[in-house]
Amino acid sequence: MLLHDTALIYGRYLRQSLRSRFALLFGVLMPLLYLLFFGPLLTHLPLGTRGSSWQVLVPGLLLQLGLFGASFAGFMIIVEKGQGVVERMRVTPVSRLALLLGRVLRDATVFVFQAVLLVLAAVAMGLRAPLPGVLIGFAFVALLTISLASLSYALAMNVRTPQEFGPVINALTMPSMLLSGLMLPMTLGPAWLDVLSHFTPFRYLVDAVRDAFVGSYATTHMLYGVLVAVGFTALSLLVGTRVFRTTGA
Amino acid sequence: MAAVISTAGLARTFQTKAGPVEAVRGIDLTVREGEILGLLGPNGAGKTTTLRMLTTLLKPTGGTATVAGCDLTADPVGVRRACGYVAQSGGTDPQITVREELVTQGRMYRLSKAEARTRAEELARDLDLTGLLDRKTGALSGGQRRRLDIAMALTHRPKVLFLDEPTTGLDPGSRADLWELVRRLRDENGTTVFLTTHYLDEADALSDRLVVVDQGVVVAEGTPSALKLEHAGSIDASLQDTFLAITGRGPAPADTIPVAV
Repeated sequence: MLLHDTALIYGRYLRQSLRSRFALLFGVLMPLLYLLFFGPLLTHLPLGTRGSSWQVLVPGLLLQLGLFGASFAGFMIIVEKGQGVVERMRVTPVSRLALLLGRVLRDATVFVFQAVLLVLAAVAMGLRAPLPGVLIGFAFVALLTISLASLSYALAMNVRTPQEFGPVINALTMPSMLLSGLMLPMTLGPAWLDVLSHFTPFRYLVDAVRDAFVGSYATTHMLYGVLVAVGFTALSLLVGTRVFRTTGA
Repeated sequence: MAAVISTAGLARTFQTKAGPVEAVRGIDLTVREGEILGLLGPNGAGKTTTLRMLTTLLKPTGGTATVAGCDLTADPVGVRRACGYVAQSGGTDPQITVREELVTQGRMYRLSKAEARTRAEELARDLDLTGLLDRKTGALSGGQRRRLDIAMALTHRPKVLFLDEPTTGLDPGSRADLWELVRRLRDENGTTVFLTTHYLDEADALSDRLVVVDQGVVVAEGTPSALKLEHAGSIDASLQDTFLAITGRGPAPADTIPVAV
């Protein structure tokens, strides 16, 4: 039943995404601009890392895509609450967990698709990275999307208006982006900033994906990255499930 | 006739920053099978909260209730299988076609793809939506959208249909059509209908029995004529006067007007 219901909800929302092709492509715009106008600035800078500057920047942009995109996923549910769609579904016997899972799996699909577009553009700009490493990068994007979208939906279920929701998300995503070193490795900065960034879960993800992009798969960065990504996903799904099971929204 | 809904002391208190708000203080009511019951009350009386509890959208903070033989708290899934609910706001996505919404709804009630498609066609025929199946729900008129909302709620042939202010915002013609539809549902399928309304003519014309709630409790119940006789003194009284007499919102009786000195 859970599988049947999840597939049903997934299908409904995937069709919703496919209907708005413009939004589907628009999501890639911000990281694409960074790639085009920020990426070339790095090519001759000493970043203190192995590989080219593209192998440092593109992993960060992939996670940026997930971070900004998935965090705002909840907006849609606020709209649907206003339309009565959420309650209409909640009076049917459909699995409560499926209402969450169907949505977050749709989000994961959309963002991995956008990640593929971004990597293709990066290859055109000069990125060269091993295929398994790139695939590992996509897997991290998927996990990050699932966790952030779950948290975003959980928050949105408890918020009445987009005006309450937007500022909270902005206040969380901006520092997360800066502190996790998505744009440049944090090791370039002073020690206090590097230490502070280790309190941001995304730091571990970006370090792992950077390793994957230079073909090092059995590293401590990778181990920590996988542990943090999997743990964060499990925790976020737990929070999301609790909210979807119990909320009277 | 057997009771299809019965509640005892059903209550809901909301915790707000300004302190607890007792939206529903304790509702005792019984609805018999095949009955059309009208729930009346002033704004804020607790009508929608009661409906949301009976449809499992909101957990009661007190009391018990059984709907179609299923306990509200112990077997919410059983209640959901037996009930259809049309909220005030409706519940369809304006970007999606009528057909897709109806088919998805069928699938949520665990029909197979083929069954859900057939059921969508049946519902469209019954509710006069056939020509609109491939239109987006956002492009429907108010009356058409209401019929779609009801079609959605009837997908699984529920024993009980809850309607929250079903005719608010409809023109007189669409209201009359909707009343006709509700009567037909009861007469042909024996569906029990539990509806809330602000319109007293609607309550009068449609309901077999009325329950009046005020400040979260039941203050009167009975057939429209019994209520008129008891509270307004005559079965020829208007339901308006009866309602005002029950809820104490009417003009004060003449003898309490202070005499000028």
